[in-house]
Amino acid sequence: MSDMIDVDGKQYAVDEEGYLANLNEWVPGIAGVMAKQDNLELTDEHWDIINFLREYYEEYQIAPAVRVLTKAVGKKLGKEKGNSKYLYSLFPYGPAKQACRFAGLPKPTGCV
Amino acid sequence: MSEIVKKFMYVNRKAPYGTIYAWEALEVVLVGAAFDQDVSVMFIDDGVYQLAKGQDTKAVGMKNFSPTYRTLGDYEVKKVYVDQASLEARGLTQDDLVEIAWEDMETEEEVDNIVEVITSERVSALMNESDVIFSF
Repeated sequence: MSDMIDVDGKQYAVDEEGYLANLNEWVPGIAGVMAKQDNLELTDEHWDIINFLREYYEEYQIAPAVRVLTKAVGKKLGKEKGNSKYLYSLFPYGPAKQACRFAGLPKPTGCV
Repeated sequence: MSEIVKKFMYVNRKAPYGTIYAWEALEVVLVGAAFDQDVSVMFIDDGVYQLAKGQDTKAVGMKNFSPTYRTLGDYEVKKVYVDQASLEARGLTQDDLVEIAWEDMETEEEVDNIVEVITSERVSALMNESDVIFSF
């Protein structure tokens, strides 16, 4: 729990797997810094998914498992985006795990 | 995925807060849903309170996880049962419970609410049909 990341001069605590310790502290800059650590540049397409995850968490109080995310994205953002190939192209470390981390959410429920 | 599909039933008998049973049971159901089994979730005794609408947990300082039950449909759980006698004993009806929608993306089959209130006889019959029962 002692790891910290630096975003615009402010320190944020993350857990041993790099997930933000306190959900309420999230600011968009955190996603950018985490992405840079993973050698990713965030595009609008990434943000669609990150924002979608935050809305999902707000409504249901959990971070969805990858197949649930895939299905839900297809419903909300269109079928061409609701498939794992598209999502993995955006988030190579696993769309649910990596995107949830950028979104400041806990590790998804049902990821085995 | 395994070729053999078993009937898994998760039985919830405890109130949502005060113990960790309800939240742990819900997590087990959601994690277990990844294994493509035939899953049903049963609410009996104080367990029926887990599905009550309008929960407010501020005073007890616990996360209100009742909205999470509404994701059961997204996790491909299609069978959610509530024991009628337990509901009635607590002065509740189906109208007091959350609704859980289910949709098959491929066939576009939709069910507005998969929560089903059933008689004690039906509860027993469903338990007998199950291959595995997890009791929380």
